[in-house]
Amino acid sequence: MSTPDHIPSGTSSEPAASQPPSEPATPNGSPQIELIDVTVGTALAPDSAKVEGVNWRIWAGDYWVVGGSPGSGKTELMATAAGLTRPRRGVYRLFGQDMNRLAADRQLDARLRVGMVYDGGGRLFHQMTVAQNVALPFCYHRNCSLDEANETVGSLLELMGLSRLAYQRVGGITWSLRQRVGWARALVLRPEALFLDNPLVGLDASQIRWSLEFLSRLADGRDGWNNRRTTLVVSTADFRPWQRWGRQFALLNQGRWLQLGGPAELGSSQEPLVRQLLSAPFAAG
Amino acid sequence: MERGTNSTTDVSSSASILPIPLPRAYLNFVGHKLLNFIQTVHGLTAFALITLGVTITQFNTASRVIHPLIRAQIYRAGVCLVPMISFLAVALGFVIIGQTVSLLTRVGANDLAGTVMVTVVVRELGPIVAALVVLARVGTATVTELGMARALGEVEALEALGIDPIHYLVMPRVLGTAIAVFGLTVYFIIGTLVSGYLFAFLQDVPLRPEAYANQLIHALGWQDFALLALKTSAFGIVVAIVCCYEGLAHPLRMEEVATATTRAVVDSVIIWVLLDALFIIVYLLV
Repeated sequence: MSTPDHIPSGTSSEPAASQPPSEPATPNGSPQIELIDVTVGTALAPDSAKVEGVNWRIWAGDYWVVGGSPGSGKTELMATAAGLTRPRRGVYRLFGQDMNRLAADRQLDARLRVGMVYDGGGRLFHQMTVAQNVALPFCYHRNCSLDEANETVGSLLELMGLSRLAYQRVGGITWSLRQRVGWARALVLRPEALFLDNPLVGLDASQIRWSLEFLSRLADGRDGWNNRRTTLVVSTADFRPWQRWGRQFALLNQGRWLQLGGPAELGSSQEPLVRQLLSAPFAAG
Repeated sequence: MERGTNSTTDVSSSASILPIPLPRAYLNFVGHKLLNFIQTVHGLTAFALITLGVTITQFNTASRVIHPLIRAQIYRAGVCLVPMISFLAVALGFVIIGQTVSLLTRVGANDLAGTVMVTVVVRELGPIVAALVVLARVGTATVTELGMARALGEVEALEALGIDPIHYLVMPRVLGTAIAVFGLTVYFIIGTLVSGYLFAFLQDVPLRPEAYANQLIHALGWQDFALLALKTSAFGIVVAIVCCYEGLAHPLRMEEVATATTRAVVDSVIIWVLLDALFIIVYLLV
């Protein structure tokens, strides 16, 4: 599934909500997430290295777009950067804490400050309704019943335009809305950083516009939910929709990690894969 | 496959001049099965220990989410199966108990009725039948459900949400199934003993209800109650652990779900037999 050729481009006549996110404040203190000389493996072949030599600092308020061809290791890198899988080699710090040296409960506390939505419609729980899907992490980590989570979940679903689907099973809703339910499920714990793996795959033009605008509001703290700048990291096989919205760009090419810089550097990059990701999209991912 | 076939051919061609060795294909087969067995035992033991650790350390974690799941599992593996267990209790009571009581009366061994009932129904038949019904109706469905959840990436999604899949998916099933098998066994035993007596009564066996009840009470010792609870819980835990393991331990493709289900049934029955042998030794010792 590829993103459509027509990518909605914001114009000056659009409302403020559709403006690209503003530049983040100058970084101070320690980065939220730090990978030093990290090697990322795969779940199926733990001994093999999918991506090597990753040196990446993610500061609060960053909006990263990581590009790469399908199978280049974007998902694995995202999972590692979000603290879900351990790097095969190197140092990984989450909110300034070395995760290898942290006790399990402290690791969980740090991990809950980061949200992650996998590709493939968010990997929702198919036997549950939309509301139950979104409520699960909230109820689990706050130890409350579904009734007690009703108000929080209801307001989040309303914010994301999912209220009318609250009691539908996720198997009965469209692909694009499933993706949105996945975002809501990740946002219900109000994470400080959100990782989205291929978030625009399979969406139509209007859904892409909604998604980009929502992420822009999230990045600027104008989302009506977190109400603070949320750090965003997205992966993609097509840079075109992100060129206007992302603040920092990086590339995965043949197991190599390459930081490109801002939108201007992305546009002027002579890296063949970057030119490819800015012209014809890949068929998938 | 090809390698095995070639080796078998090589062996047969040299058979006229050398003592016939076992075909390599056969050795490969046995070796493969043996390694699979060791791997399964290793995996199941590790999975069971992890589940035990999670149950002990996290029983009250997220209790408002997890405890309803335990109750739901008791309902699913216990209450929902009461009609089927009732039918089996009546049928087996008529077929086995009624005939046994009738036969004992014919040979003048009425006094042994209680002892035979306790040995056959309470110690052996009850736990096995209840566990078999749970395995057939709930265990096999569990393998499919969890296999699908794994295949669709729902397990990774749980981890991404900071939810331990063992705590959320396995622990409620293990505890719920253990309690359900115990409850169903008690229900089955009562149903079988009552329906068995009814069958004997209909055949004009000269055994009064109070005499039958007295025999049962005298044949039952404290160890029967204690070991019944232990044995049924153990059978329930085995069903749940094996089915969850087969569903979750390896990423399953759609065509592998049927094989995993069969494997879960076979593994469960083998472990029951071993456990049963252990309990027989304990019965003989106490």
